[in-house]
Amino acid sequence: MQHRHNGHGNGHALVVENRQEMSFQVRREVFVSRDVLEREQRALFDKCWVYVGHASELKSPGDFRTRWAAGRPIIFCRDREGQIRCLINSCRHRGSTVCREREGNARNFYCMYHGWTYNVDGSLRNVPGEEAYPPSFDKSKMGLVAVPRLESYRDFWFLNFDREAADLETYLAGAKDYIDLVVDQSPSGRMEIISGVQEYDIKANWKLLVENSVDDYHLVATHATWLNYMRNSGVNIAPPKGSGLLLATKGSGKDLGNGHLTTDNPNYRGRPVARWISVYGEEAKADIDAIRAELVERLGEARAARVADTNRNLVVFPNLVINDGSSVTVRNFYPIAPDLMHVTAWALGPVEETEAQRARRLHAFLTFYGPGGFATPDDVAALENVQQGFAAWRDVEWNDLSRGMARNDEQLDTDEGHLRVFWRRWNHLMEQAA
Amino acid sequence: MNTPLADAVSRAEIEDLFYHEAELLDGWKLDDWLALMTDDANYYVPPNDKPDADHRFTLFTIADDIVRLRERIIRLKDPNCHAEYPPSRTRRLITNVRVSGHDGETIDASANFSIHRYRRGGAHQEFVGRYRYKLRRVSGKLKIAERRAILDAEELGALGSVSFIL
Repeated sequence: MQHRHNGHGNGHALVVENRQEMSFQVRREVFVSRDVLEREQRALFDKCWVYVGHASELKSPGDFRTRWAAGRPIIFCRDREGQIRCLINSCRHRGSTVCREREGNARNFYCMYHGWTYNVDGSLRNVPGEEAYPPSFDKSKMGLVAVPRLESYRDFWFLNFDREAADLETYLAGAKDYIDLVVDQSPSGRMEIISGVQEYDIKANWKLLVENSVDDYHLVATHATWLNYMRNSGVNIAPPKGSGLLLATKGSGKDLGNGHLTTDNPNYRGRPVARWISVYGEEAKADIDAIRAELVERLGEARAARVADTNRNLVVFPNLVINDGSSVTVRNFYPIAPDLMHVTAWALGPVEETEAQRARRLHAFLTFYGPGGFATPDDVAALENVQQGFAAWRDVEWNDLSRGMARNDEQLDTDEGHLRVFWRRWNHLMEQAA
Repeated sequence: MNTPLADAVSRAEIEDLFYHEAELLDGWKLDDWLALMTDDANYYVPPNDKPDADHRFTLFTIADDIVRLRERIIRLKDPNCHAEYPPSRTRRLITNVRVSGHDGETIDASANFSIHRYRRGGAHQEFVGRYRYKLRRVSGKLKIAERRAILDAEELGALGSVSFIL
Protein backbone atom coordinates (compact mmCIF):
# COMPACT_ATOMS: atom_id res chain seq x y z
CA MET A 1 0.00 0.00 0.00
CA GLN A 2 1.40 3.34 -0.96
CA HIS A 3 0.69 6.48 1.02
CA ARG A 4 1.08 9.38 -1.34
CA HIS A 5 1.07 12.30 0.99
CA ASN A 6 -0.10 15.07 -1.19
CA GLY A 7 1.25 18.43 -0.14
CA HIS A 8 -0.38 20.53 -2.81
CA GLY A 9 -3.77 18.87 -3.13
CA ASN A 10 -3.11 18.62 -6.84
CA GLY A 11 -1.24 15.35 -7.23
CA HIS A 12 2.18 16.82 -6.54
CA ALA A 13 3.24 14.83 -3.46
CA LEU A 14 5.91 16.36 -1.24
CA VAL A 15 6.35 13.37 1.06
CA VAL A 16 5.93 9.84 -0.29
CA GLU A 17 5.90 6.83 2.00
CA ASN A 18 5.55 3.27 0.77
CA ARG A 19 5.49 0.91 3.73
CA GLN A 20 5.40 -2.21 1.59
CA GLU A 21 8.49 -1.28 -0.36
CA MET A 22 9.93 0.42 2.71
CA SER A 23 10.67 3.69 1.04
CA PHE A 24 10.26 7.18 2.43
CA GLN A 25 11.06 10.18 0.29
CA VAL A 26 10.87 13.93 0.78
CA ARG A 27 10.79 16.18 -2.24
CA ARG A 28 13.73 18.60 -2.18
CA GLU A 29 11.42 21.33 -3.39
CA VAL A 30 10.23 21.72 0.22
CA PHE A 31 13.62 23.21 1.12
CA VAL A 32 13.82 25.77 -1.68
CA SER A 33 10.28 26.85 -2.47
CA ARG A 34 8.97 30.24 -1.35
CA ASP A 35 5.45 28.92 -1.87
CA VAL A 36 6.09 26.06 0.57
CA LEU A 37 7.50 28.54 3.10
CA GLU A 38 4.37 30.70 2.88
CA ARG A 39 2.17 27.66 3.35
CA GLU A 40 4.28 26.58 6.34
CA GLN A 41 3.53 29.93 7.94
CA ARG A 42 -0.22 29.29 7.70
CA ALA A 43 -0.21 25.53 8.29
CA LEU A 44 2.44 25.32 11.04
CA PHE A 45 3.44 28.59 12.65
CA ASP A 46 -0.13 29.97 12.72
CA LYS A 47 -1.56 26.70 14.09
CA CYS A 48 1.00 25.09 16.43
CA TRP A 49 2.17 25.98 19.90
CA VAL A 50 5.39 27.88 19.30
CA TYR A 51 8.04 28.39 21.99
CA VAL A 52 8.49 32.00 23.05
CA GLY A 53 10.59 31.97 26.21
CA HIS A 54 11.33 30.69 29.70
CA ALA A 55 9.84 32.08 32.92
CA SER A 56 13.34 32.54 34.39
CA GLU A 57 14.03 35.22 31.78
CA LEU A 58 11.42 37.44 33.45
CA LYS A 59 12.36 37.58 37.11
CA SER A 60 10.75 40.86 38.20
CA PRO A 61 7.62 42.83 37.33
CA GLY A 62 8.40 44.99 34.31
CA ASP A 63 11.04 42.64 32.93
CA PHE A 64 10.80 42.13 29.18
CA ARG A 65 12.51 40.39 26.27
CA THR A 66 11.84 41.24 22.66
CA ARG A 67 12.06 38.44 20.15
CA TRP A 68 10.48 36.83 17.12
CA ALA A 69 8.01 33.99 17.40
CA ALA A 70 5.71 32.49 14.77
CA GLY A 71 6.94 35.14 12.33
CA ARG A 72 5.89 38.08 14.53
CA PRO A 73 7.75 40.68 16.62
CA ILE A 74 6.88 39.82 20.21
CA ILE A 75 7.32 41.39 23.64
CA PHE A 76 7.61 38.62 26.22
CA CYS A 77 7.15 40.38 29.56
CA ARG A 78 6.01 40.27 33.16
CA ASP A 79 3.48 42.95 34.01
CA ARG A 80 3.33 45.04 37.20
CA GLU A 81 1.13 42.39 38.85
CA GLY A 82 3.68 39.68 38.05
CA GLN A 83 1.71 38.01 35.26
CA ILE A 84 3.63 36.80 32.22
CA ARG A 85 2.30 38.26 28.98
CA CYS A 86 3.04 38.10 25.31
CA LEU A 87 2.26 41.24 23.33
CA ILE A 88 2.64 41.94 19.65
CA ASN A 89 5.35 44.56 19.36
CA SER A 90 3.50 46.92 17.03
CA CYS A 91 1.85 50.23 17.86
CA ARG A 92 -1.93 50.22 17.41
CA HIS A 93 -1.70 53.62 15.79
CA ARG A 94 0.48 53.18 12.71
CA GLY A 95 2.55 50.09 13.36
CA SER A 96 6.01 50.92 14.73
CA THR A 97 7.59 48.60 17.24
CA VAL A 98 7.18 50.11 20.69
CA CYS A 99 10.01 48.26 22.44
CA ARG A 100 13.38 48.28 20.74
CA GLU A 101 15.78 47.00 23.37
CA ARG A 102 16.72 43.32 23.49
CA GLU A 103 15.84 43.04 27.19
CA GLY A 104 15.36 45.16 30.27
CA ASN A 105 12.89 46.39 32.82
CA ALA A 106 10.21 48.80 31.63
CA ARG A 107 7.72 51.12 33.31
CA ASN A 108 6.01 51.43 29.96
CA PHE A 109 6.47 50.92 26.25
CA TYR A 110 6.83 54.13 24.27
CA CYS A 111 6.28 54.48 20.55
CA MET A 112 8.97 56.79 19.21
CA TYR A 113 6.93 57.66 16.10
CA HIS A 114 4.03 59.67 17.60
CA GLY A 115 4.57 59.12 21.29
CA TRP A 116 1.81 56.67 22.21
CA THR A 117 2.62 55.03 25.54
CA TYR A 118 1.50 51.60 26.74
CA ASN A 119 1.60 49.98 30.17
CA VAL A 120 3.58 46.77 30.55
CA ASP A 121 0.28 44.85 30.57
CA GLY A 122 -0.31 46.25 27.07
CA SER A 123 -3.06 48.75 27.92
CA LEU A 124 -2.83 52.13 26.24
CA ARG A 125 -1.80 54.74 28.78
CA ASN A 126 -1.31 57.96 26.90
CA VAL A 127 -1.97 59.42 23.45
CA PRO A 128 -0.47 62.88 22.82
CA GLY A 129 -3.15 65.32 21.66
CA GLU A 130 -5.93 62.88 22.47
CA GLU A 131 -8.59 65.61 22.08
CA ALA A 132 -8.14 65.55 18.30
CA TYR A 133 -9.59 62.03 18.07
CA PRO A 134 -13.29 61.57 17.24
CA PRO A 135 -15.77 60.32 19.89
CA SER A 136 -15.61 56.80 18.45
CA PHE A 137 -11.93 56.49 19.41
CA ASP A 138 -11.91 54.19 22.45
CA LYS A 139 -8.58 54.18 24.25
CA SER A 140 -9.55 51.14 26.30
CA LYS A 141 -9.75 49.07 23.10
CA MET A 142 -6.44 50.28 21.68
CA GLY A 143 -3.96 48.39 23.84
CA LEU A 144 -1.13 46.36 22.35
CA VAL A 145 -2.59 43.16 20.91
CA ALA A 146 -1.94 40.16 23.11
CA VAL A 147 -1.16 36.86 21.40
CA PRO A 148 -4.43 34.87 21.34
CA ARG A 149 -3.14 31.95 23.43
CA LEU A 150 -0.29 31.79 25.92
CA GLU A 151 0.37 28.76 28.12
CA SER A 152 3.31 27.19 29.89
CA TYR A 153 4.60 23.80 30.86
CA ARG A 154 7.18 23.68 33.65
CA ASP A 155 8.29 27.27 32.96
CA PHE A 156 8.57 26.81 29.18
CA TRP A 157 6.14 29.34 27.64
CA PHE A 158 4.48 28.79 24.29
CA LEU A 159 2.12 30.94 22.25
CA ASN A 160 -0.48 29.98 19.72
CA PHE A 161 -2.19 32.14 17.10
CA ASP A 162 -4.96 29.59 16.64
CA ARG A 163 -7.77 30.42 19.09
CA GLU A 164 -9.28 26.96 18.52
CA ALA A 165 -6.13 24.99 19.28
CA ALA A 166 -6.15 22.27 21.94
CA ASP A 167 -4.42 23.26 25.18
CA LEU A 168 -0.64 23.14 25.43
CA GLU A 169 -0.38 20.01 27.58
CA THR A 170 -2.55 18.05 25.17
CA TYR A 171 -0.42 19.34 22.29
CA LEU A 172 2.88 18.41 23.98
CA ALA A 173 1.70 14.80 24.44
CA GLY A 174 4.70 12.52 25.07
CA ALA A 175 7.14 15.45 24.90
CA LYS A 176 6.05 16.35 28.45
CA ASP A 177 7.86 13.30 29.89
CA TYR A 178 11.08 14.39 28.22
CA ILE A 179 10.77 17.97 29.45
CA ASP A 180 10.23 16.45 32.92
CA LEU A 181 13.51 14.52 32.61
CA VAL A 182 15.32 17.82 31.99
CA VAL A 183 13.60 19.71 34.81
CA ASP A 184 14.10 16.84 37.28
CA GLN A 185 17.81 17.76 37.37
CA SER A 186 16.89 20.62 39.67
CA PRO A 187 16.19 19.74 43.33
CA SER A 188 13.40 22.35 43.38
CA GLY A 189 12.18 21.61 39.86
CA ARG A 190 13.33 25.03 38.73
CA MET A 191 15.65 25.44 35.79
CA GLU A 192 16.89 28.77 34.50
CA ILE A 193 18.12 30.23 31.25
CA ILE A 194 21.75 31.20 31.84
CA SER A 195 22.80 34.67 30.71
CA GLY A 196 24.52 34.94 27.33
CA VAL A 197 22.64 34.15 24.15
CA GLN A 198 23.96 32.65 20.94
CA GLU A 199 22.21 34.10 17.90
CA TYR A 200 23.47 33.05 14.50
CA ASP A 201 22.20 32.47 10.99
CA ILE A 202 22.44 29.28 9.00
CA LYS A 203 22.12 29.64 5.25
CA ALA A 204 19.84 26.65 5.00
CA ASN A 205 16.19 25.70 5.29
CA TRP A 206 14.92 25.59 8.88
CA LYS A 207 13.71 21.98 8.61
CA LEU A 208 17.29 20.84 8.07
CA LEU A 209 18.07 21.89 11.64
CA VAL A 210 15.12 19.85 12.93
CA GLU A 211 16.61 16.81 11.22
CA ASN A 212 20.18 17.59 12.23
CA SER A 213 19.33 18.13 15.90
CA VAL A 214 18.18 14.54 16.33
CA ASP A 215 20.11 12.74 13.60
CA ASP A 216 22.72 10.55 15.28
CA TYR A 217 23.69 8.92 11.99
CA HIS A 218 25.85 11.95 11.15
CA LEU A 219 27.93 11.85 14.32
CA VAL A 220 30.93 9.88 13.06
CA ALA A 221 31.38 11.68 9.74
CA THR A 222 30.43 15.23 10.69
CA HIS A 223 31.89 15.29 14.20
CA ALA A 224 35.14 13.36 13.75
CA THR A 225 37.17 16.19 15.30
CA TRP A 226 34.93 16.35 18.37
CA LEU A 227 35.23 12.59 18.88
CA ASN A 228 38.97 13.00 18.48
CA TYR A 229 38.99 15.69 21.17
CA MET A 230 37.04 13.46 23.56
CA ARG A 231 39.49 10.61 22.87
CA ASN A 232 42.47 12.93 23.46
CA SER A 233 40.89 13.96 26.74
CA GLY A 234 40.79 10.40 27.99
CA VAL A 235 37.04 9.91 27.55
CA ASN A 236 36.09 6.42 26.46
CA ILE A 237 34.20 7.04 23.22
CA ALA A 238 33.70 3.38 22.41
CA PRO A 239 30.10 2.21 22.58
CA PRO A 240 28.91 0.44 25.71
CA LYS A 241 29.27 -3.35 25.77
CA GLY A 242 26.95 -5.47 23.73
CA SER A 243 26.19 -2.88 21.11
CA GLY A 244 26.27 -3.33 17.39
CA LEU A 245 26.57 -0.67 14.75
CA LEU A 246 28.24 2.73 14.94
CA LEU A 247 28.99 4.69 18.08
CA ALA A 248 25.71 5.66 19.60
CA THR A 249 24.05 2.29 19.35
CA LYS A 250 21.41 1.02 21.71
CA GLY A 251 20.06 4.49 21.69
CA SER A 252 16.68 4.88 20.14
CA GLY A 253 14.61 7.35 18.17
CA LYS A 254 11.10 7.83 19.51
CA ASP A 255 7.72 9.12 18.37
CA LEU A 256 6.19 11.28 21.11
CA GLY A 257 2.97 12.13 19.30
CA ASN A 258 1.80 15.26 17.45
CA GLY A 259 5.07 15.43 15.50
CA HIS A 260 7.30 15.59 18.59
CA LEU A 261 10.26 13.23 18.68
CA THR A 262 13.39 12.47 20.60
CA THR A 263 16.53 10.45 20.71
CA ASP A 264 17.00 8.53 23.92
CA ASN A 265 20.53 7.27 24.42
CA PRO A 266 22.65 5.82 27.19
CA ASN A 267 25.22 8.43 28.21
CA TYR A 268 28.87 7.54 28.28
CA ARG A 269 30.45 10.90 27.51
CA GLY A 270 29.68 12.75 30.71
CA ARG A 271 26.88 14.87 32.13
CA PRO A 272 27.10 17.71 34.66
CA VAL A 273 24.08 16.04 36.38
CA ALA A 274 25.54 13.56 37.17
CA ARG A 275 28.12 11.51 35.34
CA TRP A 276 31.79 12.30 35.79
CA ILE A 277 34.29 12.21 32.93
CA SER A 278 37.99 13.04 32.97
CA VAL A 279 37.46 16.38 31.20
CA TYR A 280 35.82 17.69 34.40
CA GLY A 281 39.01 17.09 36.38
CA GLU A 282 39.68 14.90 39.42
CA GLU A 283 38.61 17.68 41.79
CA ALA A 284 35.07 17.53 40.38
CA LYS A 285 34.55 13.86 41.21
CA ALA A 286 33.25 14.30 44.76
CA ASP A 287 30.93 17.10 43.67
CA ILE A 288 29.41 15.01 40.87
CA ASP A 289 28.95 12.17 43.38
CA ALA A 290 27.08 14.54 45.68
CA ILE A 291 24.79 15.72 42.87
CA ARG A 292 24.14 12.08 42.09
CA ALA A 293 23.33 11.26 45.70
CA GLU A 294 20.79 14.11 45.84
CA LEU A 295 19.12 12.78 42.69
CA VAL A 296 18.87 9.27 44.12
CA GLU A 297 17.50 10.50 47.43
CA ARG A 298 14.88 12.67 45.76
CA LEU A 299 13.90 10.50 42.79
CA GLY A 300 14.93 6.97 43.70
CA GLU A 301 17.61 4.85 41.97
CA ALA A 302 15.70 4.15 38.80
CA ARG A 303 14.49 7.66 38.08
CA ALA A 304 17.88 9.13 39.03
CA ALA A 305 19.55 6.84 36.50
CA ARG A 306 16.99 7.86 33.90
CA VAL A 307 17.82 11.53 34.50
CA ALA A 308 21.58 11.21 34.87
CA ASP A 309 22.55 8.37 32.56
CA THR A 310 20.68 9.17 29.37
CA ASN A 311 21.16 11.83 26.70
CA ARG A 312 18.05 13.07 24.93
CA ASN A 313 17.72 15.40 21.96
CA LEU A 314 14.10 16.50 21.90
CA VAL A 315 12.19 18.23 19.10
CA VAL A 316 8.98 19.95 20.13
CA PHE A 317 7.22 20.37 16.82
CA PRO A 318 7.81 22.51 14.90
CA ASN A 319 10.88 24.54 15.89
CA LEU A 320 12.04 24.02 19.48
CA VAL A 321 14.93 21.73 20.32
CA ILE A 322 16.05 20.85 23.84
CA ASN A 323 19.30 18.93 23.83
CA ASP A 324 20.07 17.32 27.16
CA GLY A 325 23.55 15.87 26.71
CA SER A 326 26.97 17.15 27.72
CA SER A 327 24.99 20.20 28.90
CA VAL A 328 21.44 21.41 28.29
CA THR A 329 20.73 23.72 25.39
CA VAL A 330 17.42 25.26 24.40
CA ARG A 331 17.49 26.06 20.73
CA ASN A 332 14.82 27.91 18.82
CA PHE A 333 14.96 28.71 15.12
CA TYR A 334 12.74 30.17 12.46
CA PRO A 335 12.84 30.71 8.72
CA ILE A 336 13.65 34.07 7.15
CA ALA A 337 13.70 32.69 3.61
CA PRO A 338 13.63 29.16 2.20
CA ASP A 339 17.44 29.10 2.39
CA LEU A 340 17.99 31.12 5.57
CA MET A 341 17.16 30.62 9.25
CA HIS A 342 17.87 32.55 12.44
CA VAL A 343 18.96 30.38 15.37
CA THR A 344 18.77 31.42 19.02
CA ALA A 345 20.39 29.14 21.57
CA TRP A 346 20.61 29.32 25.34
CA ALA A 347 22.13 27.22 28.11
CA LEU A 348 19.76 25.91 30.78
CA GLY A 349 20.76 24.86 34.28
CA PRO A 350 19.31 24.13 37.74
CA VAL A 351 18.80 27.32 39.76
CA GLU A 352 20.58 25.73 42.75
CA GLU A 353 23.91 25.19 41.02
CA THR A 354 27.03 26.39 42.84
CA GLU A 355 29.54 28.58 41.04
CA ALA A 356 31.79 25.60 40.40
CA GLN A 357 28.90 23.50 39.08
CA ARG A 358 27.71 26.31 36.83
CA ALA A 359 31.23 26.88 35.48
CA ARG A 360 31.56 23.14 34.77
CA ARG A 361 28.20 23.11 32.95
CA LEU A 362 29.19 26.06 30.76
CA HIS A 363 32.61 24.57 30.01
CA ALA A 364 30.97 21.31 28.96
CA PHE A 365 28.43 23.21 26.85
CA LEU A 366 31.10 25.00 24.84
CA THR A 367 33.02 21.86 24.00
CA PHE A 368 30.25 20.57 21.78
CA TYR A 369 27.54 23.17 21.26
CA GLY A 370 27.34 26.64 19.86
CA PRO A 371 28.90 28.71 17.11
CA GLY A 372 32.35 28.45 18.70
CA GLY A 373 32.05 24.82 19.81
CA PHE A 374 33.88 21.80 18.42
CA ALA A 375 30.73 20.40 16.77
CA THR A 376 28.04 22.96 15.91
CA PRO A 377 30.14 24.83 13.29
CA ASP A 378 30.48 21.57 11.38
CA ASP A 379 26.71 21.02 11.59
CA VAL A 380 26.25 24.50 10.15
CA ALA A 381 28.71 23.65 7.36
CA ALA A 382 26.83 20.41 6.66
CA LEU A 383 23.44 22.14 6.44
CA GLU A 384 24.81 24.88 4.19
CA ASN A 385 26.42 22.26 1.93
CA VAL A 386 23.08 20.46 1.77
CA GLN A 387 21.30 23.67 0.85
CA GLN A 388 23.80 24.26 -1.96
CA GLY A 389 23.15 20.76 -3.24
CA PHE A 390 19.42 21.52 -3.28
CA ALA A 391 19.99 24.08 -6.05
CA ALA A 392 19.64 21.03 -8.29
CA TRP A 393 16.23 20.13 -6.80
CA ARG A 394 14.66 19.82 -10.24
CA ASP A 395 17.25 17.26 -11.31
CA VAL A 396 17.75 15.34 -8.06
CA GLU A 397 14.21 15.49 -6.77
CA TRP A 398 14.09 13.37 -3.62
CA ASN A 399 15.73 12.93 -0.23
CA ASP A 400 15.80 9.35 1.04
CA LEU A 401 14.75 8.84 4.65
CA SER A 402 14.21 5.07 4.66
CA ARG A 403 17.02 4.20 7.06
CA GLY A 404 15.85 1.63 9.60
CA MET A 405 12.51 0.91 7.90
CA ALA A 406 13.21 -2.81 7.69
CA ARG A 407 13.70 -3.00 11.44
CA ASN A 408 10.73 -4.57 13.18
CA ASP A 409 11.59 -3.55 16.72
CA GLU A 410 12.35 -0.05 17.97
CA GLN A 411 14.10 2.47 15.75
CA LEU A 412 17.67 3.28 16.69
CA ASP A 413 18.82 6.86 17.14
CA THR A 414 21.01 6.25 14.09
CA ASP A 415 17.95 5.24 12.05
CA GLU A 416 15.58 7.76 10.52
CA GLY A 417 12.35 6.58 12.14
CA HIS A 418 12.15 9.67 14.34
CA LEU A 419 12.88 11.95 11.37
CA ARG A 420 9.95 10.33 9.58
CA VAL A 421 7.78 11.25 12.57
CA PHE A 422 8.50 14.92 11.88
CA TRP A 423 7.86 14.64 8.17
CA ARG A 424 4.57 12.77 8.54
CA ARG A 425 3.25 15.47 10.87
CA TRP A 426 4.61 18.25 8.67
CA ASN A 427 2.93 16.75 5.66
CA HIS A 428 -0.34 16.12 7.46
CA LEU A 429 -0.60 19.76 8.55
CA MET A 430 0.44 21.04 5.12
CA GLU A 431 -2.24 18.90 3.48
CA GLN A 432 -4.86 20.02 5.99
CA ALA A 433 -4.14 23.64 5.18
CA ALA A 434 -4.03 23.13 1.42
CA MET B 1 57.84 48.32 43.55
CA ASN B 2 56.25 48.91 40.17
CA THR B 3 58.46 50.21 37.45
CA PRO B 4 56.95 52.89 35.23
CA LEU B 5 54.94 51.41 32.37
CA ALA B 6 57.32 52.85 29.79
CA ASP B 7 60.17 50.86 31.38
CA ALA B 8 58.19 47.62 31.45
CA VAL B 9 57.26 47.58 27.79
CA SER B 10 57.10 49.87 24.77
CA ARG B 11 54.14 50.17 22.47
CA ALA B 12 56.44 49.24 19.60
CA GLU B 13 57.15 45.90 21.25
CA ILE B 14 53.44 45.25 21.74
CA GLU B 15 52.68 46.22 18.16
CA ASP B 16 55.39 43.88 16.91
CA LEU B 17 53.78 41.05 18.88
CA PHE B 18 50.26 41.79 17.60
CA TYR B 19 51.35 42.13 13.97
CA HIS B 20 53.41 38.96 14.20
CA GLU B 21 50.43 37.15 15.70
CA ALA B 22 48.15 38.41 12.92
CA GLU B 23 50.58 37.17 10.30
CA LEU B 24 50.73 33.72 11.88
CA LEU B 25 46.93 33.43 12.13
CA ASP B 26 46.28 34.67 8.60
CA GLY B 27 48.96 32.24 7.39
CA TRP B 28 47.38 29.33 9.32
CA LYS B 29 50.69 28.77 11.14
CA LEU B 30 48.69 27.67 14.12
CA ASP B 31 51.38 25.77 16.04
CA ASP B 32 53.64 28.80 15.86
CA TRP B 33 50.75 30.92 17.09
CA LEU B 34 50.13 28.54 19.98
CA ALA B 35 53.77 28.96 20.97
CA LEU B 36 53.02 32.62 21.73
CA MET B 37 50.76 31.54 24.61
CA THR B 38 51.80 30.97 28.20
CA ASP B 39 51.23 27.48 29.62
CA ASP B 40 48.14 28.71 31.46
CA ALA B 41 46.70 30.92 28.73
CA ASN B 42 43.00 31.54 28.15
CA TYR B 43 41.18 32.54 24.99
CA TYR B 44 37.72 34.11 25.23
CA VAL B 45 35.05 35.28 22.83
CA PRO B 46 32.24 36.73 24.99
CA PRO B 47 28.64 36.48 23.81
CA ASN B 48 27.54 39.41 21.65
CA ASP B 49 24.78 40.43 24.08
CA LYS B 50 27.02 40.37 27.18
CA PRO B 51 30.46 41.58 26.03
CA ASP B 52 31.69 42.36 29.56
CA ALA B 53 30.50 39.15 31.21
CA ASP B 54 32.43 36.50 33.14
CA HIS B 55 32.66 33.08 31.48
CA ARG B 56 32.01 31.29 34.79
CA PHE B 57 28.46 32.64 34.99
CA THR B 58 27.63 33.47 31.39
CA LEU B 59 27.44 31.37 28.25
CA PHE B 60 30.29 32.54 26.00
CA THR B 61 30.87 31.85 22.34
CA ILE B 62 34.34 30.56 23.21
CA ALA B 63 35.99 30.15 26.63
CA ASP B 64 39.10 28.00 26.20
CA ASP B 65 41.66 27.17 28.81
CA ILE B 66 45.05 26.14 27.39
CA VAL B 67 44.02 22.48 27.28
CA ARG B 68 41.02 23.12 25.10
CA LEU B 69 42.87 25.75 23.07
CA ARG B 70 45.49 23.15 22.14
CA GLU B 71 42.67 20.79 21.16
CA ARG B 72 41.08 23.57 19.10
CA ILE B 73 44.31 23.89 17.12
CA ILE B 74 44.42 20.11 16.57
CA ARG B 75 40.86 20.36 15.27
CA LEU B 76 41.60 23.33 13.01
CA LYS B 77 44.48 21.48 11.33
CA ASP B 78 42.31 18.43 10.68
CA PRO B 79 40.63 18.17 7.23
CA ASN B 80 37.61 16.87 9.17
CA CYS B 81 37.16 20.33 10.62
CA HIS B 82 34.48 20.83 7.99
CA ALA B 83 33.66 24.43 8.89
CA GLU B 84 37.24 25.39 8.03
CA TYR B 85 37.94 23.03 5.18
CA PRO B 86 39.23 24.23 2.88
CA PRO B 87 40.67 26.77 5.36
CA SER B 88 39.11 30.18 4.92
CA ARG B 89 41.27 33.05 3.74
CA THR B 90 41.51 35.72 6.37
CA ARG B 91 43.15 39.11 6.60
CA ARG B 92 43.22 40.96 9.88
CA LEU B 93 43.82 44.66 10.27
CA ILE B 94 45.05 45.56 13.75
CA THR B 95 44.88 49.21 14.83
CA ASN B 96 44.55 51.51 17.86
CA VAL B 97 47.09 49.55 19.87
CA ARG B 98 47.17 50.74 23.47
CA VAL B 99 49.14 49.66 26.50
CA SER B 100 46.93 50.42 29.43
CA GLY B 101 48.79 49.25 32.50
CA HIS B 102 50.88 46.71 34.33
CA ASP B 103 51.10 45.35 37.83
CA GLY B 104 54.73 44.34 37.77
CA GLU B 105 53.99 40.97 36.22
CA THR B 106 51.04 41.33 33.86
CA ILE B 107 50.77 43.95 31.14
CA ASP B 108 47.32 44.98 29.91
CA ALA B 109 47.07 45.92 26.26
CA SER B 110 44.28 46.32 23.74
CA ALA B 111 43.76 46.81 20.02
CA ASN B 112 40.96 47.12 17.51
CA PHE B 113 40.56 44.47 14.86
CA SER B 114 38.82 44.02 11.56
CA ILE B 115 39.08 40.50 10.25
CA HIS B 116 37.94 39.77 6.72
CA ARG B 117 37.05 36.16 6.04
CA TYR B 118 36.59 34.82 2.54
CA ARG B 119 35.18 31.50 1.40
CA ARG B 120 34.77 30.12 -2.08
CA GLY B 121 31.64 31.27 -3.85
CA GLY B 122 31.94 34.93 -2.95
CA ALA B 123 31.24 34.62 0.77
CA HIS B 124 32.78 37.53 2.66
CA GLN B 125 32.37 38.30 6.33
CA GLU B 126 33.87 41.03 8.42
CA PHE B 127 34.46 40.36 12.11
CA VAL B 128 35.01 43.71 13.80
CA GLY B 129 35.81 44.29 17.43
CA ARG B 130 38.38 44.83 20.13
CA TYR B 131 41.11 42.67 21.60
CA ARG B 132 41.99 42.78 25.27
CA TYR B 133 45.24 41.09 26.21
CA LYS B 134 47.05 40.13 29.34
CA LEU B 135 50.73 39.69 28.55
CA ARG B 136 53.59 38.35 30.64
CA ARG B 137 57.33 38.07 30.19
CA VAL B 138 58.52 34.48 30.13
CA SER B 139 62.32 34.25 29.98
CA GLY B 140 62.39 37.83 28.77
CA LYS B 141 59.96 37.15 25.93
CA LEU B 142 56.52 38.71 25.80
CA LYS B 143 53.85 36.00 25.90
CA ILE B 144 50.06 35.97 25.82
CA ALA B 145 48.42 34.91 29.09
CA GLU B 146 44.90 35.96 28.15
CA ARG B 147 43.34 36.94 24.88
CA ARG B 148 39.80 38.25 24.64
CA ALA B 149 38.20 39.00 21.27
CA ILE B 150 35.11 41.13 21.82
CA LEU B 151 32.88 41.41 18.79
CA ASP B 152 30.97 44.63 18.09
CA ALA B 153 28.08 43.00 16.21
CA GLU B 154 24.79 42.95 18.18
CA GLU B 155 24.45 39.26 17.35
CA LEU B 156 26.56 36.84 15.34
CA GLY B 157 23.80 36.80 12.73
CA ALA B 158 25.27 36.61 9.25
CA LEU B 159 28.74 36.00 10.71
CA GLY B 160 27.41 32.50 11.43
CA SER B 161 29.97 30.46 13.33
CA VAL B 162 33.26 31.50 14.88
CA SER B 163 35.08 28.52 13.42
CA PHE B 164 38.55 30.07 13.06
CA ILE B 165 40.70 31.85 15.64
CA LEU B 166 39.51 35.45 15.94
